This record gives sequence, C-alpha cells and structure tokens, in this order.
Amino acid sequence: MAYSEKVIDHYNNPRNVGSLDKNDPGVGTGIVGAPECGDVMKLQIRVDEGVIVDAKFKTFGCGSAIASSSLATEWLKGRTVNEAMQIKNTDIVNELHLPPVKIHCSVLAEDAIKAALEDYRKKHGEQAGTREPAAMERKH
Amino acid sequence: MKLPIYMDNHSTTPVDPTVLEAMLPYFTEKFGNAASRNHAFGWEAEAAVDAARQQIAALINADPKEIVFTSGATESDNLALRGIAEMYREKGDHIITTVTEHRAILDTAKRLEKMGFSVTYVPVRADGLVDPDVIKQAITPKTILISAILANNEIGTINPVAEIGTIAKERGILFHSDATQAVGKIPVDVQAMGIDLMSFTAHKMYGPKGIGALYVRRKNPRVRLAPMIDGGGHERGMRSGTLPVPLIVGFGKAADICRQMMPEESKRLTALRDRLRDGIMTQLDETYLNGHPTRRLPNNVNISFAYVEGESLLMGLKDIALSSGSACTSASLEPSYVLKALGVGSELAHSSIRYGLGRFNTEEEVEYVIRRTVEIVTKLREMSPLYEMAKEGIDLSKVEWKGEH
Repeated sequence: MAYSEKVIDHYNNPRNVGSLDKNDPGVGTGIVGAPECGDVMKLQIRVDEGVIVDAKFKTFGCGSAIASSSLATEWLKGRTVNEAMQIKNTDIVNELHLPPVKIHCSVLAEDAIKAALEDYRKKHGEQAGTREPAAMERKH
Repeated sequence: MKLPIYMDNHSTTPVDPTVLEAMLPYFTEKFGNAASRNHAFGWEAEAAVDAARQQIAALINADPKEIVFTSGATESDNLALRGIAEMYREKGDHIITTVTEHRAILDTAKRLEKMGFSVTYVPVRADGLVDPDVIKQAITPKTILISAILANNEIGTINPVAEIGTIAKERGILFHSDATQAVGKIPVDVQAMGIDLMSFTAHKMYGPKGIGALYVRRKNPRVRLAPMIDGGGHERGMRSGTLPVPLIVGFGKAADICRQMMPEESKRLTALRDRLRDGIMTQLDETYLNGHPTRRLPNNVNISFAYVEGESLLMGLKDIALSSGSACTSASLEPSYVLKALGVGSELAHSSIRYGLGRFNTEEEVEYVIRRTVEIVTKLREMSPLYEMAKEGIDLSKVEWKGEH
C-alpha cells in the first residue's frame, strides 16, 4: 500500500506533537480509540474567548492515524469552537487522500476533535453537545 | 551498504545467482518435456529432474521417489490435507492441527470441516510450542491425520515434531508437517522426525518461486493420496501437469547449496539474530521477544514494542523491508492470530515487528537496522499517548477506552 505524499509529510514532520495541562480550565482534552484496536488519539485544545489558540496531539496508531490527528491540530488552530464542530472526517479523507481501509483513522480524528470540544464545554458548564457522533461506523 | 535492506526472508528469498545459472539452460537449449520418452530432448529434461529430485531428497533424508513436485507450499498443504482426507475417509473423519499453522493449513482445514470432517485445533504454549501431550489427548478412534507446522513463519518457533511423529506412529495416524520455513535453514530429517508427509518450497531457500514439493512416504507406511489435479499421471499420479524443468533444476540446486552451507550459514545467522535481538532489546525498555528464546529458527527475531503501533514503525523504517503483526498491515484488520494464540495481548500484537534474516544480510546491515529501530521507536514513543500515560503511572489495562470494540 502506498501512502500519499501528505500522509508521509505529516508522519515525517508531525505538527503540534505534545501535551497541554489537562487541568487548565482553558484546555479541552479528548482521548479516543483503544490500544487493542491499534489506535489511540489524544487531542487537546486551548480556548481563549471562544477561539482555539493552541492544539496538541499524541497518537498511537498507523501513519494515517498520525497524519489525521496532526492535520486536525493544524485545522483547529484559529477556529472558533463552533467552527471546529464543523470539521468532518470526510474533509480529512479528502485532504490526505486516505484509501478506504484508512477511513477509520479520519473518523477517529473527528471523534477526538468532538471529545476535546465536549471536554472544554463541560468545564465551562455549557450544554453538552447533542450532535450525533461521527457518521462512519467504527470498523473494529 | 546499499539501501533498501531486505530483511523479510520469511516472506521470500532472492534466487541465489548460482541457482539462476543452473536454471538458465533449461529455458532455452534444454527445453524438453520430462515426460517425452522417445527423444533426447525429453531424456535430457528427465535426467535433470531426476538429479534435482535427488538433491532435494538428500536435504530431508528422503528417497527421491518420495518427492512430489507442486507449485509451492500452499499447494502441498492443500494436497496433503485434502488428499489424505479423501483417501482415508472410510477410516475416519477427524484431523488434528494447531492454532499457529499457516493459513494454507487453517483454510484447508476449514474447507474440510464444511465437507463434513471434524478438525481439532490444539492450542500452543505461551512460547509458541505445541505440547505433544495435548495432541495425544486430542486423538480419537476417528483420527486419520495430524498436521503440525515444523517452524512457525511469524515467530520462528521450532516444534517438537519428532515427539509428535512418535505419537502418530504409535496410534497408526499419518503425520504431516508444514516445513516451509524450516527446510534449508535447520536440519530436517523425515526419518528421524517420523514425518509421513511434508510441505516445503523453493523460494524460501534461495530458489525460484512457483515450485514446491510434498514429501509423501512410500514405506512404513506407504501413504496414499487422492490427487487434486488429474491429467497425465505425472508424479506417481498424485499431481498431474508438465513438470517445470527450469524451476525444478533451480529447486534442486538451491537444496544442494543449503545442504552444504547449512552448518556454517546457520551459525552465522544465529550470531546475527542474537546481535539484532540484543542490540534492540538492551537499548529500549518494554520490548518483548515473541516466541521461544532458543528453540527458534536461526534467522527469526520477532519483537513487540509497547506503546508503538507496528505499521507506523514500518513506515519509519521505510528503507528496511520488514513485516508486522499489526492489523494495519493486513487486509483482515485483525492483528496476528499467531501472536494472539500465544496469549500476547492485541495491543502488543499490533506493536510487533518480524525481522527475517537471510543469506545475503551482513553485520553492517544488522547494525543499521538496530540503530534505525531504536531511533524510530524512541521517536514514536514520544508521540504516543500510551507511553505518556504509562510514564505517569497509569495502568493502561484499567483505563476505560472510548470506542473499544
């Protein structure tokens, strides 16, 4: 299986690897996936006045999972919380040219974004998101 | 040193240049059909096949007449299981095999189950070894065949086949072994091991792809086999089809070289194997050797790197050809069933890498592979949320994961 150039670029030069203080009230943390499934993503955002000013990730998973989460952090920075809710796994698939067998990586990245936003909203007493989880069914 | 490095010799091996040289005349000037009995072209081809049969038989201590050529080990496995099942059906309908067999055995066994046979898949120990006593206990009055892999293709563990052969003989049951990874690498003796049928192939021992063999015992007992391919009655009627003479010549030459080089080669590879294993495992914490530490092929290293996913590791080691037990490298999306059968957790199965050393690997290459593996694992662990959590003292097995299946 050949990787797209963009996946290789994110794998070789992952953007925003690292951690934020999960106890900081301005930080939202999402951890999704499971080690037995072969992928776990941790995605964190720092929000200031409704705008995501920083995003970090750590991922255990294949190259496409690493690339999906790396791309997600890039896209999150500078967006408002509401704009961030609009990021779809299909956007990630298209940007990274993921093959069908790797679509679950993009789903996981969308789940991670949603989980981080949810965590942030909970900390601020806002209503928990009522949106459906990512449209794709988890494949394993 | 040339890149990329090939270190996936369980998958296939390059044709030894000497082997290719031996084969070449049989494509052009010596092109005869070995079954042509009436002219010199046929006689020449037949003589070449006979010589190769002897070279191959010598490698496994068999009689040349007991070698049946096939297209490869997959066909040999199919022929052994299905051929015995069909031929001995009246005697019984039960077959015993193990959970760590190659797919060619497991899928054939599944097919036989659909056809009404019953199959017992015996478990293996945590080190990958089959316990002969467990096989003994699985025997019923209806058992006609035991099939056990000689050396496993993922973890290189060498099974106690001689003991299994003894049990089979005592009970009058035929014993087949898939010896694809073992023949040419370690001494294999069908007499001493009590093997009645044995699958192996040329391309795992520096011969060409497309040619393999099934050893079929001729006496004590004389094994009969229903053919899967009917036709001109080649190979004692067990496998019809014009013999691919150039491939057979290559197979014979490859076997001959292996037989001569084995003492020296296995010593060299064992030293490289141990250096590779120690070089990696002493520099990285939380690495686990899969399979038996010593009852192991001289060319196999299989390690799980905790907190790092196998495919991403292979991606980082892009100038080294290796294989992973990670689901992401397979179509099934399930991690290695062999590792799972050993009781290795899914997360560590996803984190496994198989190194397969071969005749053409050098010490310099091994040092490079050690260095690169340590670099990439370290880099990926810095990026791994699991490594971070483990370092914080969190017990990962107690975490409630979202999205668990």
